[in-house]
Amino acid sequence: MAERKLLPRDSDDEGSLLSRLGTDSPKPRVKFGGMFCNVEGAYENKTLNFESSTSPTDGSTSPTDSSTSPTDGSTTDRLIIKGGKIVNDDQSFYADIYVEDGTIKQIGENLLVPGGVKTVDAYGHIVIPGGIDVNTSLQTSQLGMSPSDDFYHGTKAALAGGTTMIIDHVVPEPGASLLGAYDQWKDIADRGSCCDYSLHMDITRWHDGLFEEMESLVKNKGVNSFLIFMAYKDKFQSSDSQMYEMFGIIRDLGAIAQVHAENGDIIDEEQKRLLELGITGPEGHVLCHPEEVETEAVYRAITIAKQANCPLYITKVMSKSAADVIAKARKKGMVVYGEPITASLGTDGSHYWSKNWAKAAAFVMSPPLSPDPSTPDYLNSLLSCGDLQVTASGHSTFSTAQKAVGKDNFTLIPEGTNGIEERLAIVWEKAVATGKMDENEFVAVTSTNAAKLFNLYPRKGRIAVGSDADIVIWNPKETKTISAATHALTVEINIFEGMEVRGAPVVVISQGKIVLEGGKLNVTEGSGRFVPRKAYPDFIYKRIKARSKMADARGVPRGNYDGPVHDVISMTKSVPATPSSRGPQCPGKGPLGPTRNLHQSGFTLSGTQIDDHIPRRSAQRIVAPPGGRSNITSLS
Amino acid sequence: MSDCRRQWNRENELPVYLAGTITTGPNQRKSYGMFSSVDGACDSKTVDCDNFSAGRRGTRTPRSDSRDRLLDHTDGDVPETASEASEVRAVGSQVSSPGEREDVRPGVEIEYPAGRQCHSGQKNGKSERLLIKGGRVVNDDLSQYADVYVEDGLIKQVGDNLEVPDDVRVLEVNGCLVIPGGIDVNTCLMKPHLGCSPVDDFYLGSRAALAGGTTMIIDHVTPQPGDSLLEAFELWQESADRKCCCDYSLHVDLPHWHPGVKDELEVLVQEKGINSFQVYMSYKDSFQMTDSQLYEVFSFLKELGAVVMLHAENGDLIAQEQRKVLSLGITGPEGHPLSHPEELEAEAVFRAITIGNRVNCPVYITKVMSKTAADTITQARRRGSVVFGEPITASLATDGSHYWSKNWAKAAAYVTSPPLSPDPTTPEHLHDLLACGDLQVVGSAHCAYSTSQKAIGKDDFTLIPEGTNGIEERMGFVWDKAVATGKMDANQFVAVTSTNTAKIFNLYPRKGRIAVGSDADIVIWDPDRTKTITSKLQQSALEYNIFEGMVCRGGPVVVVTQGRVVYEEGEGLRVQQGSGRFIPRQAFPDYAYQRITTRSKVKGKQGVSRGMYDGPVYDVLATPKYITPSPSAKTSPTSQQPPPIRNLHQSNFSLSGAQFDDNIPRRSGQRIVAPPGGRSNITNLG
Repeated sequence: MAERKLLPRDSDDEGSLLSRLGTDSPKPRVKFGGMFCNVEGAYENKTLNFESSTSPTDGSTSPTDSSTSPTDGSTTDRLIIKGGKIVNDDQSFYADIYVEDGTIKQIGENLLVPGGVKTVDAYGHIVIPGGIDVNTSLQTSQLGMSPSDDFYHGTKAALAGGTTMIIDHVVPEPGASLLGAYDQWKDIADRGSCCDYSLHMDITRWHDGLFEEMESLVKNKGVNSFLIFMAYKDKFQSSDSQMYEMFGIIRDLGAIAQVHAENGDIIDEEQKRLLELGITGPEGHVLCHPEEVETEAVYRAITIAKQANCPLYITKVMSKSAADVIAKARKKGMVVYGEPITASLGTDGSHYWSKNWAKAAAFVMSPPLSPDPSTPDYLNSLLSCGDLQVTASGHSTFSTAQKAVGKDNFTLIPEGTNGIEERLAIVWEKAVATGKMDENEFVAVTSTNAAKLFNLYPRKGRIAVGSDADIVIWNPKETKTISAATHALTVEINIFEGMEVRGAPVVVISQGKIVLEGGKLNVTEGSGRFVPRKAYPDFIYKRIKARSKMADARGVPRGNYDGPVHDVISMTKSVPATPSSRGPQCPGKGPLGPTRNLHQSGFTLSGTQIDDHIPRRSAQRIVAPPGGRSNITSLS
Repeated sequence: MSDCRRQWNRENELPVYLAGTITTGPNQRKSYGMFSSVDGACDSKTVDCDNFSAGRRGTRTPRSDSRDRLLDHTDGDVPETASEASEVRAVGSQVSSPGEREDVRPGVEIEYPAGRQCHSGQKNGKSERLLIKGGRVVNDDLSQYADVYVEDGLIKQVGDNLEVPDDVRVLEVNGCLVIPGGIDVNTCLMKPHLGCSPVDDFYLGSRAALAGGTTMIIDHVTPQPGDSLLEAFELWQESADRKCCCDYSLHVDLPHWHPGVKDELEVLVQEKGINSFQVYMSYKDSFQMTDSQLYEVFSFLKELGAVVMLHAENGDLIAQEQRKVLSLGITGPEGHPLSHPEELEAEAVFRAITIGNRVNCPVYITKVMSKTAADTITQARRRGSVVFGEPITASLATDGSHYWSKNWAKAAAYVTSPPLSPDPTTPEHLHDLLACGDLQVVGSAHCAYSTSQKAIGKDDFTLIPEGTNGIEERMGFVWDKAVATGKMDANQFVAVTSTNTAKIFNLYPRKGRIAVGSDADIVIWDPDRTKTITSKLQQSALEYNIFEGMVCRGGPVVVVTQGRVVYEEGEGLRVQQGSGRFIPRQAFPDYAYQRITTRSKVKGKQGVSRGMYDGPVYDVLATPKYITPSPSAKTSPTSQQPPPIRNLHQSNFSLSGAQFDDNIPRRSGQRIVAPPGGRSNITNLG
């Protein structure tokens, strides 16, 4: 077994030990389980594998052929994955995995397994926990149009790319019941989804009545995350006050606040201005959603969350400066998480200026891709160092015909890009293959961190005994060209068209069943289960709880002030209370005079008078008695 | 003016080349050329030896004496009317008889060559002719030894060996600094709060300003929501004309925003000489504006060429925090900083700058009170934003630890918005940023409410009127904390206390510079003088001074405004109520707008020219982008929301709207596949 373990590492190199010396490929970290023995693996390249490196060439290429024959194996629930290197977020080691009834039953060498078990050969590959895509919108309609990839097509594509679980956003119509939307989504997903799924709830219009629904969702329905919009003015947007209120509730419920961070007010104004300028194409979208606007909202969201002592999760980090704000806030101790998406990690926003309208429109999403071409690299770096934690896809696809609804007005283009299928491959290509990140970190950002944040861990996000058998056998060396012609989606355009990526799933196992093998997808519509999530994920809430204990403010005990008090004429704090401040519309008509509140003052005949501004000093100045009458008012 | 500068250079060449040693004095920079700034440093050591020793002698001996005198005068100096004021002037002249004068202030000698003629001239209301001799003229760009001749309220000559008429009053300043009078950009001398006005009105406030070396103030006109801006402006102007003792100008605060305001703004900018307007991001439900409104205000003011000033705090969150703090049972002044945490200031500054960048408009942040807010401004400037920051006397000299004082009156005296940061390192940090130019202007935000007025909020900190003193102490503290500690040189001191303000608000070079043709607002500054701040000796009518007991190095010896000597140390103030003039300011100040104008020319946005999209278009049912054109989604709709309105006119298929079952996919019917191969070159994938 010890020999076998060593084989896969060199299978790719065809035994050419020398060629390896010059390559810049990252050395996979090999831990044999001990805390301090990770150097051991380093020997293998030099000595032991010299002979063995020739033999496994067959091993690595063969499984694709051999696995095609027992397709009936997908029906059996018992599997053994042999010879792969298991990569979790904390360590990598060589072991076999025995799967039964959709869960991982045994991990180790020389496993005792019943007969008739299907064997999956993973020599030369790494075995990783299936990816978790925390941000998809497979059911959210825009302008009455449903996305072209629904739960069935979307999850199929997810599995094809090595993602075995998605968390989809439930977007109720503003004013509609959250529970109603939740039931609707769950119903559709139960019928359509091919992989396990869970749901985020989006709060599209806040009012106090939602509290009960939120409580019920958290306590009974297994939803522990709520998305709040800072953009989409007059539709979904929430004011700062509302966000503060919601954050307080979300914290008390033990859930996670997610925000779509963009300043909707500014965007709205810029959209108007650009349309006035006569810019109607997709480039208008990126011009009116400038990076700063995203950054500003991220900053504000973090400030509000800090005040409310609520954990914050920023969806779709698309620009360098927004990512920087998150990184800085984390350095100040904020409990905040950032999620770059496939599109922002894999491409940039220069395509908005494409002469091809259909192509330019395909990139339209909010926040938009940054036109700065160094953005993907930068985000991958932050992802590698832990300043950003989770990758998602933000998948929401609309066909070209649907996008063409906005052909004369970019604000009508339905927003969303693909990425559910390409996510793992792009992170591997951009971060692992370039040496920014190791395999363990790769597992962390594609799966484990998401599982921890949303309280799915260790059921998901880890290869361990007792965990769900969502397993991906990943071939780091395979290269593939992304194209709309070959992807599992229904959209005609893939925004990563033509991009060559290293790393691809060879076998994907979801719920203990092989769903991808030998390039063939074998999915069952509706086989996905809803995975409920409990409140108070430890990964987040341990700190929050400790802080709320600490943060009690205390007043200063003083005697009562007994000095002279100026006589206030009308005690209303200020002129008439407008319903909300970030909200109120311009009065439009003539300004209103300050109303006199006759009930609040004891001296009702006077209000603010026109001559209030003229000082009446002689009458107003009240000098404290000489020497001071009390110890409270005397100046020390 | 460039002529005269060249002249100075010629005249000063001699001492520069003669002197040659090094000095540690930070404030003697004398830059003749671009790269010769070190030369000037020598002067303090060699040529001026005598002058300096004389000056030092002067301060050391009569300190206690002069303070007593000052006390006497302040006690007698609380005249309420103009007649009393003139009385005081008589007292002043009495004191300045030659015999006593020498005792009082040997450092600065005032000669009256022609007997009492000057005094008579002064009494007739004519400005006197003054020759300031032997001083070191410090502007923001260079320092030099020169005499200054003043006539008719203007500076007529600057240089050595001036030819002046005989009957000229001569001020021998013996090496003290001659600096342009300070400009205090942020005062609220008439801002009503809950119907009560500050105890320092234009008269007392401007008196205090002059006593501290500030010769011009820019006050905030603060109309209440719903009031007419023009009426408020006239009210302020009228009051200031009657009372103000120094030149003044006005900012107008926008309490509300609607299209009707635009006309008033246009009048104010084009006819009334106002080029700066303050908007509030705080004070929820009264002054606060939404981001959309800010965007509109910024866009409009940019067209007018005005400077946008911001009170930057997140009002929504403050309202929430206030509620929370009150619900915890905290009602004392410590609730104020607890409900106005530093982050909310920094957040609002960040947002304001973002909006400013989008609109491409200069942004001026009033009252920078915390390190994080200042850092935000710094970073924005690094990225090229046109943004200015104004720390105030209070934030530069003290910190917010006093909010927790056991003495309610003391704690309440510090209440201002944004509050002083409880972090005791804040003043140092702000001075560092001032010294390096990341912050540009020092204001005072002087808004004085007496203890009994503050006591309105004795049971609820949210009712405490907001405002601290600082108009008199402003220059002194910047000198003490920045120049005397070596953070800043004297030129930068002039820049932050006077010149930068004049530039940003388009008063330059009339104000903020000692040059031929500028207004004769001149301060003779003694760097070695020390003074202990106390409410007993201050000009303000407040019974509490937040800087109580602090010792301050540096202070004005003589203050000249409009060509008249209004303050001489040891003789008190001789001000004339209502002598201040309103200084109109033109729009489009170069200092703020040159970059903006260029950027708007360069930054024009262009679309991509494409052929018409001719592919298939999905058939959208009649749903406009924003389903409900409700007034604003940001207001929290506590009641039931109205269903989305169906606009029957916008669609040709009017019977369908957003339906309940829109969310249920009808994929088979909806999907429109592009024709294979693509019908046109526009839609196929290139």
